[in-house]
Amino acid sequence: MRNVYEQISVDQDVCMHCGACVGTCPRNAMFLHDLTVASNEECNGCGICVKVCPVGAISKNNGGDSR
Amino acid sequence: MRKIETDILVVGGGPAGSSAARYASQSGAEVILIEKRQEIGSPVRCAEGISKKLLSKVGLSPDGKCIAREVKGAKIFSPSGHMLTISEKQAGDEVGIVLDRVFFDKFLASLAVKAGAEIRLKTAATSLIQESGKTAGVTAVDIDGPLEIRARCVVGADGFESQIGRWAGIDTKLKTKDITSCFQYRLTGIDIDADYCEFTLGSAAPGGYVWVFPKDEDTANVGLGLQLSQLKDAGEIKRMLDRFIAKDDRMSKGRPLEMVAGAVSTCAPIDRTIADNVLLVGDSARQIDPITGGGIGNSCIAGKIAGEVLSLAYEEKDFSEKSLQRYEKGWRDEMEERLYRNWMAKEKLVSLSDETFDKIILAISEIGVEKLSTLSILQAVEKKYPELVEEFRDLLG
Ligand SMILES: Cc1cc2nc3c(=O)[nH]c(=O)nc-3n(C[C@H](O)[C@H](O)[C@H](O)COP(=O)(O)OP(=O)(O)OC[C@H]3O[C@@H](n4cnc5c(N)ncnc54)[C@H](O)[C@@H]3O)c2cc1C
Ligand code: SF4
Ligand code: SF4
Repeated sequence: MRNVYEQISVDQDVCMHCGACVGTCPRNAMFLHDLTVASNEECNGCGICVKVCPVGAISKNNGGDSR
Repeated sequence: MRKIETDILVVGGGPAGSSAARYASQSGAEVILIEKRQEIGSPVRCAEGISKKLLSKVGLSPDGKCIAREVKGAKIFSPSGHMLTISEKQAGDEVGIVLDRVFFDKFLASLAVKAGAEIRLKTAATSLIQESGKTAGVTAVDIDGPLEIRARCVVGADGFESQIGRWAGIDTKLKTKDITSCFQYRLTGIDIDADYCEFTLGSAAPGGYVWVFPKDEDTANVGLGLQLSQLKDAGEIKRMLDRFIAKDDRMSKGRPLEMVAGAVSTCAPIDRTIADNVLLVGDSARQIDPITGGGIGNSCIAGKIAGEVLSLAYEEKDFSEKSLQRYEKGWRDEMEERLYRNWMAKEKLVSLSDETFDKIILAISEIGVEKLSTLSILQAVEKKYPELVEEFRDLLG
């Protein structure tokens, strides 16, 4: 299952809930609760979380809502 | 909304939180520790290496269950495969014991309970309650829904992902070069020398390293960590580790019992870890050793100092930033210089070529060092290969 947010998507089937993205996000736009990583409106799509995720669960949305 | 009240609220049930809760309870203060997971110590997010020295320094003698393996030392492989063997006496802080953190973290938490702290599981802090500019507790969600936990002091022991600090306006932001992203398997059925922890530098993980920490004769935590600023693609860390394992004959026949993802900070000490009615400890205060990425010991030490200061603050009914300054000073006296020095060394190390790494490892194995501290290595290498140490001149003081 993919959780799609404004700028990024998190693949919940891949995510290991490790919090690496949460601690890294420079805008504190991510949070981890109840086995879901979510991103809020503070996110500016910088993409750092995409790289820090050890398993590659996060991707940047390519233009608009890709749902 | 449901409301509860306490003197001191600790957010996070890792080594930092449990240690702080334990020592804060000793004054008779009412202490609640909340942990968002359903179990203390699990899932493990760690390679579990610690030294005996560091354990005894915090006055801990954990029972047998907490210790998976005692090792004799460490083997370090240079990028081109030179091996340097280090005895436990030389290895200093990071090797000696491979813990079982599922038990170790519970052991620490049970010490907190014995001292009088209350633990609430599956309780996640969701925001700080601020009243007239002061922190007055947190909002949280537990198994029965939302609740408000009012407290005179909030301790952020919420690990790498820490929110408490940011919510309280404490700058804990990290640069990409000060973050190491990690992936690890617990592999079983592998062919290892279970008396040694292993580190492989360079090539397999440019700018980072691969570790093999034995849990028993044929099982080990095998992981890889690399600086975020060196990463280009999504999921690179796991792919690199998979490649390393596939190429290594001893590892490739192993099968995983566990997968661990995570990140550690490898920054210089941050400027501030306190605010009025708020204190940060452990990974949330970025108290990890920047060279090794080890933070269990530092979290216990800083947790103890925090708890002792909180006890005093409770007796004096004063949790202002000024009162908590004693914690700020206490942990800095204990580890700031060491953290700073190791951060400087890390900055240099990641800039070295594989070739220089090879030379240094060879030099050390030829010369031999008394103790594996950054300083003693540099001094030893300088004697024989002054040109190699040129880069590190300022560290030698
Ligand atoms: C892959 C990897 C390998 C490592 N290997 C080693 C090693 O070999 N040796 C070593 O010494 N160190 C190692 N470390 C570092 C070590 O794991 C940490 O330094 C140590 O766990 C820090 O303890 P802590 O109590 O500060 O945080 P943690 O142990 O991370 O505990 C924080 C707790 O807070 C909880 N929490 C977070 N947010 C909230 C919230 N909002 N509400 C309630 N609870 C919350 C979390 O669920 C967690 O249980 C490693 C780290 C990683 C990622
Ligand atoms: S893209 Fe950048 S701002 Fe957005 S969640 Fe990821 S790290 Fe944070
Ligand atoms: S870094 Fe990746 S695996 Fe870890 S919590 Fe974030 S999305 Fe999940």
